[in-house]
Amino acid sequence: MSDISYSAMPQGEDIKPKLGTDDWVMRGFIAVIAIYLIIALALPLYAMLSKSMATYQFDLTQYEFQVSDEAGNFGGEVFSAKALNDREKIYSSEDLITGSDGRLDVTKFFPDFSFRSPVHYKVRSLSATAFYLSGSERRSGPEWFEVDSNQFRKIVLRPVAAFGFDNFKRYFATPSLVRSITNSLLISTISTVITVILAFGFAYSLSRSCMRFKSVFRLLAMAPILVPSLLPGIALVYLFGNQGMLKPLMMGESIYGPYGIVAGSVFFTFPHAMLIITTALAISDARLYEAAVTLRASRWRTFWTVTIPGARYGLFSAAFVVFNLVITDFGLPKVIGGQYNMLAVDIYKQVIGQQNFEMGAVVSVVLLIPAMFAFTIDRIIQRKQVALLSARSVVFEPNANPRFDWLCFAYCSLIAVFIAGILLVCQYAALIKFWPYDLSLSLKNYAFDLMDGGGWNAYRNSIKLALLTAFFGTIIVFTGAYMVEKTNGFKTGRTLFQFLAMLPMAIPGMVLGLAYIFFFNNPGNPLHVIYGTMAILVLCTVTHFYTVSHLTAVTALKQMDNEFESVSASLKQPFYKLFARVSVPVCLPAILDISIYLFVNAMTTVSAVVFLYSTGTALASVAVLNMDDAGDVAPAAAMGMMIFYTNVIARTIHAVLSKGLLRSTQAWRSR
Amino acid sequence: MAARKAHAQEQKFLRIEGLWKAFGKFLALKDISLEVDRGEFVCFLGPSGCGKTTLLRAIAGLDIQTRGTVAQDGKDISNLPPAERDFGIVFQSYALFPNLTIEKNISFGLENIGLSREKVKARVAELLDLVGLPDQGKKYPAQLSGGQQQRIALARAIASKPGLLLLDEPLSALDARVRVSLRHEIKELQRKLGVTTIMVTHDQEEGLSMGDRIVVMNHGVVEQIGTPTEIYRDPQSLFVADFIGEMNQVPAKALANNAVKIGETSFNCVPHDFGAGAAVIATIRPEDIIPHGRSTGKGRGKGGTKKPGNTIDVDIADMEFLGSYWRAILGGEQLGELRLLANLSINAIRRMDLAVGMKLAIEIPPDRLKLFPSKNAGPAE
Repeated sequence: MSDISYSAMPQGEDIKPKLGTDDWVMRGFIAVIAIYLIIALALPLYAMLSKSMATYQFDLTQYEFQVSDEAGNFGGEVFSAKALNDREKIYSSEDLITGSDGRLDVTKFFPDFSFRSPVHYKVRSLSATAFYLSGSERRSGPEWFEVDSNQFRKIVLRPVAAFGFDNFKRYFATPSLVRSITNSLLISTISTVITVILAFGFAYSLSRSCMRFKSVFRLLAMAPILVPSLLPGIALVYLFGNQGMLKPLMMGESIYGPYGIVAGSVFFTFPHAMLIITTALAISDARLYEAAVTLRASRWRTFWTVTIPGARYGLFSAAFVVFNLVITDFGLPKVIGGQYNMLAVDIYKQVIGQQNFEMGAVVSVVLLIPAMFAFTIDRIIQRKQVALLSARSVVFEPNANPRFDWLCFAYCSLIAVFIAGILLVCQYAALIKFWPYDLSLSLKNYAFDLMDGGGWNAYRNSIKLALLTAFFGTIIVFTGAYMVEKTNGFKTGRTLFQFLAMLPMAIPGMVLGLAYIFFFNNPGNPLHVIYGTMAILVLCTVTHFYTVSHLTAVTALKQMDNEFESVSASLKQPFYKLFARVSVPVCLPAILDISIYLFVNAMTTVSAVVFLYSTGTALASVAVLNMDDAGDVAPAAAMGMMIFYTNVIARTIHAVLSKGLLRSTQAWRSR
Repeated sequence: MAARKAHAQEQKFLRIEGLWKAFGKFLALKDISLEVDRGEFVCFLGPSGCGKTTLLRAIAGLDIQTRGTVAQDGKDISNLPPAERDFGIVFQSYALFPNLTIEKNISFGLENIGLSREKVKARVAELLDLVGLPDQGKKYPAQLSGGQQQRIALARAIASKPGLLLLDEPLSALDARVRVSLRHEIKELQRKLGVTTIMVTHDQEEGLSMGDRIVVMNHGVVEQIGTPTEIYRDPQSLFVADFIGEMNQVPAKALANNAVKIGETSFNCVPHDFGAGAAVIATIRPEDIIPHGRSTGKGRGKGGTKKPGNTIDVDIADMEFLGSYWRAILGGEQLGELRLLANLSINAIRRMDLAVGMKLAIEIPPDRLKLFPSKNAGPAE
């Protein structure tokens, strides 16, 4: 029987599985959420990329004028705008490069122009794409358009759009802009090195010593996640600024600039690095340490041959995450950067300060490159770490060693003082009347309504945004993750979806926000209606924090038995019944984690929404930025601490809720 | 009579014809055809990676085959999704919904099929009785033992009375003792319900003891289909001979007149088609070797001559006590370099007073000595 040789399958068509109702519904869901990601992510990014390539230039050769005599009779010479400009030397070639909103005054071509003159003017353009405006009327074409002198004032030329790398050429020809690249890379690298070393020491103390108060340290180390990244900047100003409490420690150096950015970056990236490294240390195998002890290896040698290699993926991963966070952060360098330019701030300055959207887009593209690079490397490392995790290892239990434990305790205390100190300084600054002249306590800095930035309404908006983001985001993310994990076949669609879900992590918030302007502020876009509303803020925030939420959901779903779907189908039950009665309840802890993650980030985010809020939808985190910008530093600190307390409360509610829900709906977990 | 029999032949409950399954370039199933009678218990048996689970999943519609047809109860179901087929399934992992009680797990497939609440309740109680866990309905799966969980999974699978029951290594995750007792329970339940059942297993003991018929698979190919005794007594390929039970396999040379030369001795064997001089593998099960008492060696010819009745003298090179019997390792002049294993009953050892180093006369029954083509000539292992 077995001696028949099977060369290949018979020729013919593969059997096409008939798709059941469930298959169609699930594919429909994938399609809907994929469309969501395309609208909320892919199309805006495309709009931004094309914007960075769009150049606008006034093409003077395309316009001609004729001037009448005082009686209104035409008959004189026809002038091209170029000839006039060459003759009068009014606009340099630099002046003729402009943005999409560029308008060129034409009266300058005629030095003896007066709007009271009885002289009439005729204008025409030689091509249908060379536009000019008469008031708000858009015109083009070779027919003469006659106006009197008064109306001629209102004639402006519009630029011609073209595609090319001119914007990039201009960017790289501007030294002040290019310097930001080296600045950003330098600051990010330095901050990364410092943070990873500090966080490693902290994580090592937590997992390898028997010191006391571990849970307190862990809690404190996580605190920076709950505040906007610009808050440490404010604290540093109070500590080391021109009138800082500890200014002498700076020994003449200014905190405004690289020192401040690095110090603040270490603060706000510390918890991220610490979490990743703690996980990496936790999975290392205790048996290796036992082996090292039996081989009489010294503690030092064990550290370098067992600990470090075991945690190396975690260390690399932490490094790239920190690097990405620092290089894409905008709030901190905005507050404390002074004259020291960073890429993310350049985007803001170009867009908000100079209204040069094209250049903003160019900086965004430049910023995308290192961010994408760090992201890609991190993904590759993560994949390797998973392989390491699947090996069965024995959990390491540290032994008491008084000298080492006290050393760890001292070290962790130092870090804890730094973190708590930053927060306390902010709270102190918020509560005193007028630093450094009147140190009496007062609540006047909480009278947000008296200041620019949106007042208490901004705070309420932030809570609204956080709740909406947590609610809709959790539904979208979990449903999408479920569909993509549990659908059969449909490989291309699922791969595309996975790619779209991973993409947001690689997109800096500033870039996303700017991309949203380009995409949603286009009057031709039917989604233009949501521009300036809470809806676009929710959309943007959900998208900005999509990836981590998606990965949390996928991890939880992967832990569920893959055969649930098979069993349910064999019992002829629709997938949504299984989804509602089994998948969601079993994944409830992960679902709650996703919602608190989205809530906290929606409260603290500045970078994406800073381009998208309107007067009606001002946000607390943006208010911190704007009040600080306006010189109201103490109220900014007060608002920042409001965000902190709100997040602390939200986290507490989350913890209580999780515990309660676990007890009531997950009785099955315990025997 | 004959016509009715022919009709019954056509009405096989499950027909699988020319099934192929490709994963990229890898062929997991190669031209599988088989039929299953209504009410039959069939086991797919083979080493891991042989394609047995792939075949089961194709029958369930969970991973549809690349070529070929599957027909159940006269209806072509080749490309239907699982929900449009008629089967219940039990997995090795039980796949019980952890957050639902035992009752809710069993009634999961009984809801919204037009049964009243009372009827569902009654059916759940009936099923719990059937699997012998009448009082466990309110518990959660994690509160039950593995064996109990698997019985609940079984109850859930048969709750809506499917025409076909599929069991994917249902006992592999359980302790050896629980496994044996559940083996009987499942078999009995199947007989009582008369549900056509296909079970996938890599455990030959499980397959032999439970299946009405066994489908032995290897490398995506069906090696042999037959009753447990057929498979054991009369393996059709060296793979089956090797995989099922234990088998002495020794290189040998085929001789004319249904004989074979093993070592230095010729034996009569099962009739064969090999040409004289062909390299073959001669096989005999250890328990088929018959001991004939201690040999004095006197009056017996030197190597090369066959004793009457396929009897030869061997040396007991080693003995191993295996509880209910002794395993003897036999060598000696007449076998050349070869070694044979023989299972000797404790009685026989005592009666013949055997020990290591002694000479023993053994008989190789000709009808148990079977030849297969040498591995080099056959399919790659």
